[in-house]
Amino acid sequence: MAEAARRQEGAAALLAAHPAPAGEAGWAREAREAARARLLAMGVPAPRDEYWRFTDPAGLIRPSPQDAALLTPDEKPVFGDFDRLQLVFVDGVFSPELSDPPEMTGLVIQRLDEVLATDIHWARDLFGQLESRGQEPVARPFAALNTACAATGVVIRATGPTPKPVSLRYLHRSTSSDALIRHLVRVDPGASLTLMESGPAAARLNLCMEVEIGAGGRLDHVRAQGRDHERQAITHAFVRLGQGSVYKSFTLTMNGRLTRNEQLVELTGPGASAHVAGACVGDGDFHHDDTVLVIHDAPGCESRQVFKKVLRNGATGVFQGKILVRPDAQNTDGYQLSQGLMLDEDSQFLAKPELEIHADDVKCSHGSTVGGVDETALFYLTSRGIARNEAENLLILAFLDEPLAEIADERYAEDLRTRLQRWLARRR
Amino acid sequence: MLEITNLHVELEDGSKPILKGLDLSVPAGSVHAIMGPNGSGKSTLAYVLAGREGYRVTEGSVSLMGQDLLELEPEARAAAGLFLAFQYPVEIPGVSNMVFLRTALNAQRKARGEPEIGAPEFLRLVREKAKALNIDGDMLKRAVNVGFSGGEKKRNEILQMAMLEPRMCILDETDSGLDVDAMRLVAQGVNALRAPDRAFLVITHYQRLLDHIRPDVVHIMVDGRIVKSGGPELALQVEQSGYADILREVA
Ligand SMILES: Nc1ncnc2c1ncn2[C@@H]1O[C@H](COP(=O)(O)OP(=O)(O)O)[C@@H](O)[C@H]1O
Ligand SMILES: [Mg+2]
Repeated sequence: MAEAARRQEGAAALLAAHPAPAGEAGWAREAREAARARLLAMGVPAPRDEYWRFTDPAGLIRPSPQDAALLTPDEKPVFGDFDRLQLVFVDGVFSPELSDPPEMTGLVIQRLDEVLATDIHWARDLFGQLESRGQEPVARPFAALNTACAATGVVIRATGPTPKPVSLRYLHRSTSSDALIRHLVRVDPGASLTLMESGPAAARLNLCMEVEIGAGGRLDHVRAQGRDHERQAITHAFVRLGQGSVYKSFTLTMNGRLTRNEQLVELTGPGASAHVAGACVGDGDFHHDDTVLVIHDAPGCESRQVFKKVLRNGATGVFQGKILVRPDAQNTDGYQLSQGLMLDEDSQFLAKPELEIHADDVKCSHGSTVGGVDETALFYLTSRGIARNEAENLLILAFLDEPLAEIADERYAEDLRTRLQRWLARRR
Repeated sequence: MLEITNLHVELEDGSKPILKGLDLSVPAGSVHAIMGPNGSGKSTLAYVLAGREGYRVTEGSVSLMGQDLLELEPEARAAAGLFLAFQYPVEIPGVSNMVFLRTALNAQRKARGEPEIGAPEFLRLVREKAKALNIDGDMLKRAVNVGFSGGEKKRNEILQMAMLEPRMCILDETDSGLDVDAMRLVAQGVNALRAPDRAFLVITHYQRLLDHIRPDVVHIMVDGRIVKSGGPELALQVEQSGYADILREVA
């Protein structure tokens, strides 16, 4: 009883710290109210919870965040070299001055606050809807908090092919900022979009995205979470795929005291395909958690999870990944890989790979490994004159190449590779 | 070029002595061959020269062109001109052969204080050398040795040797697993590199490689020592009657 009360108090304190936005339309208020009620009912997580066994939620539960020092920029912005439509958020607040005009063929972009003040809008079928469905089979209280309180974000609808990516850039300017950002994305049937996200966003970030991809649509999602060492982040992506649609997601994480990226991907139309991939590098006070659930709910769908983590000086990597195949999802092709590369004995990689299969004609495989740098390969490289450091870096980049290869556009992958090279070079 | 004196080597954990007082002198411009039964320590010698971990030198010395080799890290040995063609070339997923070759070449140049090679010059060079070894563009693009056949791996070793132009080349059973045509290509690759300021140490089981790469001296290695040295005819003797006669002779 005391336990339940503590969870609820924690939830109430978080809600109190983030006053719900005013002046919204009735449907939005209802969605907010429902999310509040959901959050109060489930409460905040406790470290004993199965779902939080490997990641201590304390930093996310406290009503105000721990301060996070700002990183002085020492390199060009990620994706800065590419033609793109850029929207900028500063400590979780949208900045029209720093952003490009939100106009592009094949695309409608609106601000979340505008949309939620509108009486009738397609976003009504999305806002809080995928999140609330995603509370089963496990509770995701921080996503409910986001629905209840997030005041900024964008609402994007791709109506056809889009000529260039939309890039969401998150700047971190205040050491104590606590940002809640909510995006809604709809890709119409046959339409396609590349969505980029980059930057640390805030001292503490709670970002949630609900994504609906219509039949034959495609979303490429490429993220680079910022390098600020002390930042904390919890993100959620709830993605629903229609028939024959494609979702490709890649996330690069460098540094950060705490990062938990939850993704829930539902393949609801026959022949849909979802690839979720991630690479992370952490040194020291670094805890990185990928928690992924892919649900096959239609026949003939394909899914692939590829997550790799490089850890040193006591850093921790966590992977909780599950493929759930519902009874109707015959001819499912599911794959899951999670690997940790430990550069010393102080670091750890904790993995919980799961398969739950309720259909009989299914091809599913998963693998999880953890190990150090391959000494035999290292000797081979050094015997050719490559210095040990450089050889080790080559092998680390090679290790991370599999998730990076999931990025469809090689130029974006190359941009991220050079960031990784510099990250490695700094660690000497 | 290479001077090995009274070399004693054991496994790092001290559990097993492998080389037990090995002497060997390979002058510049020459080709020396080492033959010997399995387990006699030939690969261990090659690895110790290249600087692999896991072995401990308990006695003796090795110098390469007057430089104490055993003091150097593997990469410094390579920069000093040593090259080992591995008996079992290592697969490196995720690192393309091209990137590998170029990184290695430039690392050695840098270590020697030479300018890095530019991309066009490197490409021209690698294409030319690869062609001579019948290595196609696809093999160059693929990850180092991944999915290569046994023969392809060995040819890839020789390509690296041709690109890096070492002074002291050690070939550890480069002929094993090669068909006749591949063997000829490999031998041609080696012979093309023969030069007055370069030396070769060819470790092999079989006489047949030595038909293509004519050695100046043949050494027989047994139980961690060179027990007999002679001209090319020694290899023929081994081929015809095995090691038994020689063992009896030196006993
Ligand atoms: N790293 C090692 N660990 C255990 N035993 C080894 C190792 N390296 C060599 N040996 C042993 O030392 C002996 C010589 O091996 P090796 O040098 O490979 O011989 P060769 O190449 O002549 O066949 C063998 O008995 C082999 O098993
Ligand atoms: Mg051997």
